[in-house]
Amino acid sequence: MAQPPRPSEAAAPVPRLSLRGITKAYPGVVANDGVDLDVFPGEIHAVLGENGAGKSTLMKVIYGLAWPDAGTIRWEGELVEITNPGQARKLGIGMVFQHFSLFETLTVADNIRLALDSRTRRLRRRIREVSKRYAMPLDPARRVHTMSVGERQRVEIVRCLLQDPRLLILDEPTSVLTPSAVERLFDTLRGLAAQGCSILYISHKLDEIRALCDRATVLRNGKVTGQCDPRAETTASLARMMIGGDLPRPVHRAPHAGAPALVIDALDLAADDPFGTSLRDVSLTVHAGEIVGIAGVSGNGQKELLAALSGERAIERAQAITLLGQAAGRLDARARRARGLAFIPEDRLGRGAVPEMSLADNVLLTTRTPPLVKRGFVRAVQVRERARRTIAQFAVKAAGVDAPAQSLSGGNLQKFIVGREIERAPRVLIAAQPTWGVDVGAAAQIRQTLLDLRDRGVAVLVISEDLDELLEICDALAVIAQGRLSKAKPIRETSAEEIGQLMAGVAATVEAAAAVTA
Amino acid sequence: MRVYLEARPSPSRLAAWMTPVVAAVATIVVGFVVFGALGKDPFAALRAFFIEPIATRYGIAELLLKATPLMLIATGLAIGYRANVWNIGAEGQLTLGAIAGGGLALAVGDAPWPSFLLLPAMFVAGAAAGMAWAAIPAWLRTRFNANEILTSLMLVYVASLLLSWLVHGPWRDPEGYNFPQSKMFDANAMLPILVPDTRLNAAFLLGLAIVALAWIFVRRHVVGFEMRVAGLAPAAANYAGISMRRNVWLGMLAGGACAGLAGVGEAAGPIGQLLPSMSPGYGFAAIIVAFVGRLHPGGIALASVLMSLLYLGGESAQVNLGLPSAVTGLFEGTLLFFLLAADVFVNYRLRAVAGAPT
Amino acid sequence: MNEITQIVVLTLAAGTPLVFAALGELVVEKSGVLNLGVEGMMLVGAVASFIVAARTHSPWLGVGTGALAGAALSLVFAVLALSLRANQVATGLALSLFGIGLSAFVGRPYMSVVIEGMKPVSIPGLSDLPVVGKLLFAHGPLVYASLALFVLVHLFLSRTRAGLVLRAVGESPQSAHAIGYDVIGIRYLAVLFGGACAGLGGAFLAVAYTPAWVEGMTAGRGWIALALVVFATWKPWRVMIGAYLFGSVTLAQFQAQAAGVALSSQLLAMLPYVATIVVLAIISRDAAMIRLNAPASLGKPYHPA
Repeated sequence: MAQPPRPSEAAAPVPRLSLRGITKAYPGVVANDGVDLDVFPGEIHAVLGENGAGKSTLMKVIYGLAWPDAGTIRWEGELVEITNPGQARKLGIGMVFQHFSLFETLTVADNIRLALDSRTRRLRRRIREVSKRYAMPLDPARRVHTMSVGERQRVEIVRCLLQDPRLLILDEPTSVLTPSAVERLFDTLRGLAAQGCSILYISHKLDEIRALCDRATVLRNGKVTGQCDPRAETTASLARMMIGGDLPRPVHRAPHAGAPALVIDALDLAADDPFGTSLRDVSLTVHAGEIVGIAGVSGNGQKELLAALSGERAIERAQAITLLGQAAGRLDARARRARGLAFIPEDRLGRGAVPEMSLADNVLLTTRTPPLVKRGFVRAVQVRERARRTIAQFAVKAAGVDAPAQSLSGGNLQKFIVGREIERAPRVLIAAQPTWGVDVGAAAQIRQTLLDLRDRGVAVLVISEDLDELLEICDALAVIAQGRLSKAKPIRETSAEEIGQLMAGVAATVEAAAAVTA
Repeated sequence: MRVYLEARPSPSRLAAWMTPVVAAVATIVVGFVVFGALGKDPFAALRAFFIEPIATRYGIAELLLKATPLMLIATGLAIGYRANVWNIGAEGQLTLGAIAGGGLALAVGDAPWPSFLLLPAMFVAGAAAGMAWAAIPAWLRTRFNANEILTSLMLVYVASLLLSWLVHGPWRDPEGYNFPQSKMFDANAMLPILVPDTRLNAAFLLGLAIVALAWIFVRRHVVGFEMRVAGLAPAAANYAGISMRRNVWLGMLAGGACAGLAGVGEAAGPIGQLLPSMSPGYGFAAIIVAFVGRLHPGGIALASVLMSLLYLGGESAQVNLGLPSAVTGLFEGTLLFFLLAADVFVNYRLRAVAGAPT
Repeated sequence: MNEITQIVVLTLAAGTPLVFAALGELVVEKSGVLNLGVEGMMLVGAVASFIVAARTHSPWLGVGTGALAGAALSLVFAVLALSLRANQVATGLALSLFGIGLSAFVGRPYMSVVIEGMKPVSIPGLSDLPVVGKLLFAHGPLVYASLALFVLVHLFLSRTRAGLVLRAVGESPQSAHAIGYDVIGIRYLAVLFGGACAGLGGAFLAVAYTPAWVEGMTAGRGWIALALVVFATWKPWRVMIGAYLFGSVTLAQFQAQAAGVALSSQLLAMLPYVATIVVLAIISRDAAMIRLNAPASLGKPYHPA
């Protein structure tokens, strides 16, 4: 891996961006507490921290989407006030959002036009030029909803590049990329840095930061807890700065796989959403007492597969899905739960839990049978008891069983939802992105919980974008791409590289086809 | 100075209770100003509007009489609203209920049916007709995904035209001097009066019973819970295996049945026959009652009394102050506006930050 | 030949209030806002325009006032639904109820007033041409205005940058905000435009079409306009088709009566409403097409983070 020349320290250059004492508080939480940050020209600077550390808030402040309560910002030595994104762009700051700020039904050209402040002649030609120059080819006339997630990120990046940014901010850019796409992105970023562009790279992925970045500022609970050269550090030392302790390691026991508990057999399902992905010939078996993982970048059919498995979408062929030995394709969600299925959805607030309802009420979401409900009437005492037990057993920090679900932090709510499903004593558990957006401590606890569950003989299926997490807890792994599922392989017989290739292989074929038609 | 709304970590219960009160007070203040601007003595006008109508025993009976259909309809509507099922056609469902119940009364005519058989039969017919009318938008939504607000509303116009056709044509009283009205109902088809020398009838008791039933359903029954979930978080309802189709049908039919009952209550109560208009807009006022009552059966009962007062006040203002009867509609709309505005404080706080943004 | 010309002229006139109201609401919905208060805004526009026309003897002043009145009422909606984050459905309903009540209240003294309405244009030379003259050059001025509005709205949405921004806001207010657009401000402008258009539709009814003021004279046209926007899958040219189709249905009931059809007038009068229901059902059935064409954020409350 070639490294770009380090900026010469002897000349004592002026930082391109300099933050001093930035403080920003929201009701109930201080997101940034006296943060100092310096970014130099041509530097790739990481902002490292776990979920909830305040990284996104800091970036919002820099981009003008949030106004700090205290502190100063200096741009190339001059004091500035960044009050809106237009102004940030005028200074030369570009931002690539974690959850893209794109308009699905509009074309690439229109999307880019909206973010450019001046009238641009021959925009389409410029898009083609710039995107080709940075090895991220784009067709300006394509509508965004036809593009894969990786391609959409290219639109975000090219949109910034067209404005000749002097500071490029990337917020968790690799969560949606296959490993090879990550490498291509890194090459692009190194090229930009070599031309003098400063790069702020927000992430919690320690390996990537060590591979890419020159310097790192570590945030924890809104404060800067360290500054370092990530290449001189180990993953463990970085983790210690990030979470104030050691990365918890889950306890593994040898797997004892039992009878098949969930069998998917040649499942075909058309997407019901014009923007969705159809499933084709998906087959998978999850045995009792094992954890099977499905890796894949989002947008490749996970949503459809989960809807088919949970019972939210009916399947024509009942035998396509077999649950504990019985054909379940035509059963609805309640019936499948009655058979012993539990499902933890990707969206906590709004799907896994009703935000405005109390934790006690949210218990009823997935259990409306005795002893919680008798003859149609809700037994409030039993419901509250179940909620209380869940909170206690899973160390959920909440104000009580009456606390509204939206008052919990992401990690605690996820722990509650996981606990709620486990309290139902399921025999098959499906979890989608179980630790997404969850702080490290809660994430470790959830992963351990899944492992313990597996040891008790439950069949667990985890669908996740986080390859590291899957490699850590799964016994077997498959890859979903463009609605097709690869054959599941035992963990010991595969590797991160192979999985990455599988994820990329199908994706590359699809992109090549699109490039031909462009 | 920057003033902005900041989300509360959890909804304020105090605000939830206070907003209907604040809205009512604000509406009265607006009334004060409006009366003054119209050249009437505002104090006298407010007294005529709000106090005088209920100063007598008869007045209070009228208050409860008018509150009855509001209470009935709003309770039914709220069940649907809680699940984001927007039945806006209660006025039409009331009309159909009146047609069915009244039609039965006319068909029976002077045959010696005992009241305790005929009246319940009329109510059943009315509820069934209201449900049938509400079933149309329900079916259109579940089968065709058609917006129930627009379809139920269109049916209000159709119902009104149907009634008009009936009382102008086939059901017109041959001895009615060619006025568009049906024969008067016989005594056995009229609701018994509860308080002598007033018009308050047994439909009031029916209204209270429905409110009580709804209370139990919403608070304690699992289906009531499920409908609340559907209204608050449709994705969570899907996840929980709650059927949206069932919610749509239940929500629409509940409103339709209650509106149908109210229609019979009007026909067999204060009106006593079928006329081209069976209701001064109760179906629409009930929508406001449902909101002001925060979709809660108890709140609805109180709000229906308040709305009834607005109706009585409007009539009184017409008679005593020479104001057009539309002043009632004006107050109703204002009340709802203030409620919606004040509601923001349930979920948000007002914050002011001094100095320019930095 | 004369009869066909007659029918065309009448159809265009009958559809014009719907054109105004539906085009206005289309722009509002394109920005992601659902304003159910169209009926109320139309009535307020009608009564305001009538009163001013009656008092100043100028139908044009009346029309202008009608537009302003509609916009003023829509401002209430904007404040409640956009700034105070109230539920859009409830607020729109409240607006309609309030508008119906306010117009009845204010218009009471004008119920039997007679005014000289707006006359159809008369272009020397052109209007007198046989057939073509009546067909093309002798409509009421507001009918032409509504056609101009169609062209304006179509060009605005598809060709201008401002139109692109509006569409983006309706598609994803969060993304628009992240790029730096003032979502609330843009929606305010859209709502005011929609209010003015609805007011124009009502003004046309009171000052040109009838002309008269009758309580509730829009008879549900505001609601039909809302249905039209769905029927048109949010495309201006389809709004025009729908509006004139409905205009012809409204006319059909009168034609049928005149032709001595044996159904009573009330039953015939049900036609437009039943037609609206049928049309709504047919269009909404294709959920995928609706999802593809409807502004993605329609009716959803937007909370800037």
